[in-house]
Amino acid sequence: MKLSEIIEIVSAIVINEGKGTSIEIVSVCGTDMMSDALRYAIKDAMLITSLNQPQVIRTAEIVDIPAVLVVLGKPIPYDMANLAKEKNIALISTKYSLFTSCGILYQHGIRSCLEHQSNR
Amino acid sequence: MNINQIDNVIREGSFQLFEGDFTNAGAASSELKNVLKEIGVDENVIRRASIAAFEAEMNVIIHGVAGTLFYSITKEEIRITVTDIGPGIPDINLAMQEGYSTAPDWVREMGWGAGMGLPNIKKNADSFTIDTVLGEGTTLEIKFYLKYFPLPKVD
Repeated sequence: MKLSEIIEIVSAIVINEGKGTSIEIVSVCGTDMMSDALRYAIKDAMLITSLNQPQVIRTAEIVDIPAVLVVLGKPIPYDMANLAKEKNIALISTKYSLFTSCGILYQHGIRSCLEHQSNR
Repeated sequence: MNINQIDNVIREGSFQLFEGDFTNAGAASSELKNVLKEIGVDENVIRRASIAAFEAEMNVIIHGVAGTLFYSITKEEIRITVTDIGPGIPDINLAMQEGYSTAPDWVREMGWGAGMGLPNIKKNADSFTIDTVLGEGTTLEIKFYLKYFPLPKVD
């Protein structure tokens, strides 16, 4: 699914476009534990988290995640936004919770990184 | 890159790490990833090496008081050595179990300390050794063997 469609579905605000909203998101990793993201996230997945810290962007960069969705309408600190811009990673925000965001995307056919890998 | 560099070390570097320095957390691994990309290392190896370096870096920032991350790349291998002067690991077998963590709550609130660090390093590395002394510190040596000669990408 294109990032632009995800933005629409979860009514997200775009803080940084990264490589553009036409990129394809193959799967989702929804977690607040960055170690879990490092362990399970796959390339071209989107990270959904309630953490609003620069380490989220660092984690995304390390595992080739092109987009991060911050939930609960958490304020995005400038250091996080600036790092996303520097690393060319899309950073979007939604007022929905982690649970609801994942649920909405699941309904639209997006699967977790683990399911995506086992279905391949 | 000249022939002397190909024979020996292609690139090396080191970074200082400090406990609690979450502002710069991940910067060393990010730079290492860029170096590996620049050299033209296989994508799968870049991913594994970057993840292992990041986990090791975070361990120092969470537990290690202070330390260094040193990397050295030859045509045969990537070697990442992370040394700290922290409290040491009392039980390596426990620390190697997924989910076992001694990280304080405030670290967990920042998204770390899930007890996945050392197991994830082992999972990603081709060779991984831990040398730890209680009260003195810990050294991790992480290696990735290169099957293909690194070729810089030409755009």
